[in-house]
Amino acid sequence: MIEAEKLTKRFGGRAVVDDVTFRCEPGTVTGFLGPNGAGKTTTMRMICGFSTPDSGHAGVLGGEYRALPNPGRRVGVLLDASAQHGGRRGREALAISAMTMGVEEKRVDDLLGLVGLDRPAARKRVRQYSLGMRQRLGIANALIGEPEVLILDEPANGLDPEGMRWMRGLLRDFAERGGTVLLSSHLLHEVDAIADRLVIIGSGKIVAQGSKEELLSDAGTLVRADDRAALGRALAAAGLEAREADDGGFLVDAEPRAVGAAAQGGGVALVHLAPAGDAGLEQLFFDLTSDNGKEGEE
Amino acid sequence: MNAHAIEAPEMKATPAGRDRRPGLARLTRVELRKMVDTRSGFWLQLAVLGLSVLAVLITVLWGHEDDKTFIQILSNALQPAGILLPVVGILLVSSEWSQRTALVSFALVPERPRLLIAKVLAGVVLALAATAVGLLFAVIGTALASTDLHHVWSMPAGLFLQDLVYVVTAMIIGIGFGAALQSSAPAIVLYFALPVAFAALGSIHALSGVVDWINTAEALEPLTTEVMSGHQWAQGVVALALWIGVPSAIGLWRLTRRDVG
Repeated sequence: MIEAEKLTKRFGGRAVVDDVTFRCEPGTVTGFLGPNGAGKTTTMRMICGFSTPDSGHAGVLGGEYRALPNPGRRVGVLLDASAQHGGRRGREALAISAMTMGVEEKRVDDLLGLVGLDRPAARKRVRQYSLGMRQRLGIANALIGEPEVLILDEPANGLDPEGMRWMRGLLRDFAERGGTVLLSSHLLHEVDAIADRLVIIGSGKIVAQGSKEELLSDAGTLVRADDRAALGRALAAAGLEAREADDGGFLVDAEPRAVGAAAQGGGVALVHLAPAGDAGLEQLFFDLTSDNGKEGEE
Repeated sequence: MNAHAIEAPEMKATPAGRDRRPGLARLTRVELRKMVDTRSGFWLQLAVLGLSVLAVLITVLWGHEDDKTFIQILSNALQPAGILLPVVGILLVSSEWSQRTALVSFALVPERPRLLIAKVLAGVVLALAATAVGLLFAVIGTALASTDLHHVWSMPAGLFLQDLVYVVTAMIIGIGFGAALQSSAPAIVLYFALPVAFAALGSIHALSGVVDWINTAEALEPLTTEVMSGHQWAQGVVALALWIGVPSAIGLWRLTRRDVG
């Protein structure tokens, strides 16, 4: 279990993380979604005790991360796939972690197989690794201690589509066995493919959170008609809030039933009327990105 | 592929050791391994060995007859360790930042001072090992160099202890510099430049008396060559306390206070 409660962190007067509250329950994969610079990394580092919150509280498994006697055996952490010594061989990097947390070294070879780093790759120095290989190494590193919680910052970054599918299977399996997963991403499709719960953050604040179904049902209705102008008038007449969607229709902040009634009232023939679903989520995320995307890197 | 590899812990009884804090002995072994398993660490240590052999050989083959004593050959054999091991110590700490492995190390050992203590202990072990190797080279070198058995082998026990102090403290100073600066290049440059700067200060007449007490280059110079007097020890201890204490204190403070990013 992972908890963040009213978590706040300021850098130079600016709140990078602002009153962030969420929980990740065992058996779920939570996607922590937000544009670059939204505060995902800072939040995750506070959860893992790398950074002290200015106010609020973060914890794992009912206590503070730093109070865990042997954290690697309870919580698997990947905060930055590039954070490995370039002059060390891949297998050796894992062996050091295993030794630190008191895990038998033969498990290292099991994990190298699991994440798909073959013998030649494991013998290479990390400097020669591609980002995708570093991610695989980082995930193996997080899994060595047989943890019950995984905290992964941008783990899908640099993975190819095959790698994404693999990670999805791995994390789903981990959650189904009772594990808790929190993973961050700045790309909706990554999180969409892997997570079953979403926490969306922008400019340090939580914008939306819930199960994917909840968020999708809140996403509004997508409606299209050949006579676009008439549809716009009909929606306005019914007092519904509508935005133009990318594909020429409208994204309406209402149930399909109400939108249909509005169209009927205006005498407009519809060609499409459905819950916005993924398109709505995309719109929500797009609005977020365009508002906050200019603030630069985390 | 191993189907058991990511088995979640709920599936079985909590394995032993899951909530046992890694002991200092284990952390020290980990740090020792980290010193030799990187490319830079490996070559630095090979360089220490190679230069040590070279130092012995040069003394034995071309040295002045008076220098072909065990004391002198051992002193020469230990110089490479005294000069290069601190760099290993610096890198052991600073690479956690420059290579960003702190993100992994501190995730596994959140009590950061314990990690620093393990690094110091590992440094001491490595320094002792280097001294033992230097000793071996010096014994071989002396045996090859000399025919005069009685004269050249004599060595006061105190002097040997001083040799140990020389190598071990050099290592600890290096670790302190690495911890204080958290960056490899500045730490290495400063480690070698500061004694030179102090020596320059010492050439100013009014300051020379003070510098004898604070600069390791002057204060520790007799460590490997003569049994030190009480006064020399006083100077050495003061200089060492300063060179170990100040960087370590700064390092510890930064280590515990600073957010890791």
